[in-house]
Amino acid sequence: MAPATLLEARQLTVEFTTRGRVVHAVTEVDLDLAQGEVLAIVGESGSGKSQMLLSMLGLTAPNSRVKGSVRFDGQELLGAPEKRLNQIRARKIGYVFQDPMTSLNPYLSIGLQLAEPLRIHKKLGKAAAAAQAVEMLRAVHISEPEQRMRQYPHQLSGGMRQRVAIAMALVCGPEILIADEPTTALDVTVQAQVLSLLREARERLGTAVILVTHDLGVIAELADRVNVMYAGRIVEKGTVEDIFYRRRHPYTEALENSIPDLSDSRATPLVAIEGNPPDLSAVPAGCAFHPRCPYRLAMCDQAVPPLEAVDENHSKACFYQGELGRGAKAGG
Amino acid sequence: MTREPRGVIATEAEAPLAAAPGRSLWQDAFARLRHNRAAMASAIVLIVIVVAAIVVPWISPYNYYTPQWALLDLPPTLRGWHIFGTDDLGRDLLVRVMWGCRISLMIGAVASVVSVGIGVFWGAVAGYVGGVVDSLMMRVVDILYSVPFIPFVIVLIVMFGRNLFLIFVAIGAVSWLDIARIVRGQTLSLRNKEFVEAARASGVRGPQIVWRHLIPNLVGIVVIYATLTAPAVILFEAFLSFLGLGVQAPMTSLGVLVSDGAGELQSFPYLLIIPAVFLAAIVYCLNFLGDGLRDALDPKDR
Repeated sequence: MAPATLLEARQLTVEFTTRGRVVHAVTEVDLDLAQGEVLAIVGESGSGKSQMLLSMLGLTAPNSRVKGSVRFDGQELLGAPEKRLNQIRARKIGYVFQDPMTSLNPYLSIGLQLAEPLRIHKKLGKAAAAAQAVEMLRAVHISEPEQRMRQYPHQLSGGMRQRVAIAMALVCGPEILIADEPTTALDVTVQAQVLSLLREARERLGTAVILVTHDLGVIAELADRVNVMYAGRIVEKGTVEDIFYRRRHPYTEALENSIPDLSDSRATPLVAIEGNPPDLSAVPAGCAFHPRCPYRLAMCDQAVPPLEAVDENHSKACFYQGELGRGAKAGG
Repeated sequence: MTREPRGVIATEAEAPLAAAPGRSLWQDAFARLRHNRAAMASAIVLIVIVVAAIVVPWISPYNYYTPQWALLDLPPTLRGWHIFGTDDLGRDLLVRVMWGCRISLMIGAVASVVSVGIGVFWGAVAGYVGGVVDSLMMRVVDILYSVPFIPFVIVLIVMFGRNLFLIFVAIGAVSWLDIARIVRGQTLSLRNKEFVEAARASGVRGPQIVWRHLIPNLVGIVVIYATLTAPAVILFEAFLSFLGLGVQAPMTSLGVLVSDGAGELQSFPYLLIIPAVFLAAIVYCLNFLGDGLRDALDPKDR
């Protein structure tokens, strides 16, 4: 049984014009999210992950240009009027931001902020919204939710705030939860709590999750499928097993090689990917990764490799067809 | 309106209900303000002055304009209940001071309300919407800024004749410009905060974002500015009156009374001291109240 596709992006392109230069944040991305699945999007900082997701909800900055198509449940979202988008935001697609320190309004109590989406979308009265908000706080394992309701963000710890932010995103019972690096700003110990919360959302509420991260550990733990992004394009997509054990793109390999091996007691140097991620206003011709790629072929700076299927669920955008393994200098 | 005392934790049974209405910013702030002694004392003094300014001219047998030639420059005395004495035309100073308080408080209140109302709206909209709208709105502010104020008032008076309302309008029309600029600047920096984006992502519409998310964050700075504006405006009115552009004799204001009294300081110091004490008390209390309000409105400062 193939679960129905909930969210479908085709040829999604996001560009910004700043001071006459065009920044290609996202280029021709295809993305599918099925009901109840966890899709991870991985890539270095500045690879366009966040902008891609914001563009789906019409939240990019005014100087952006978004092209392509994003369909939620068959409805086109790109270019939809603000009014329609507001009916989708929070009610159908919840969004959790990276930094819980700034994503909650410091001047409003937790209760008011949690109740706000309910009051807007479900037209609930004050008391009913508050009662549901309390339930939601309980669901994200906040102790003494009644007392927390009247506290302000600064009275909560970072982990609690992120749980509140997740509660806010889930409070209207959305079908999709977008979590944009939800653990990056948190302590390692707190990260685990937040991740288990996301897993619970999926298991208990059946919410599909789009998880943006650059932490491969997080992906291994949580995701069903992974899209690897580089310089605004998806370079490899597949199941977690595909990505971890049968990866076919040199960039995916480089990313994984850069994870330090903590079980190795010897002092091994950290492996970094050579060079820098490209400036998105001057992306190299051809494959954007070719200047940093150890498998570079002659054609790599000539044409952009198309995303081609490796097997049923696994595809990659790379001309190199041979075995990987060469890039792992320190590891291998 | 029932509110449970602070620190009392709701019992188990009523807990969900008690927690239910997440208290609004203003309810919370008011609860906090009540615990600020200086602010509450200031509020009480202000209320007493306001009530006295309303009631005294009403029940007093004297009015502010009829001279009593037999009672010129009477020092404070119980005779005829001239407890503040009389001025150089024998008019009861108590009644005149109370009228002065009326006028000055009214000017202060109107100017503050107008400047905060227009200024916050203008600045918040310009800052939040940005782009061309922002440029247009701020150019309007720049143009009004560049109008020299005294000639502006003179032109108004020449065109519409002297009246008190006009002075309110003139002062109000000018004093919102600063607030609009300050608020716009703050809004610009708030606009890109993640919580605003989070609000948009949860489907909150633009006007509600401005009203519910941006303005509460601006309140601290606005309250401070408003409490600075009110005294400044009261003093400014005194200056206008001194130029003959403000209230006209025999009507009076605290500013007029002080400047008149200053002329007779050596012979009849009470003519200066009494209105000056009222003026100082009003300005002082407004400042204290504003400070308390600012503290109360900042959730981090309990």
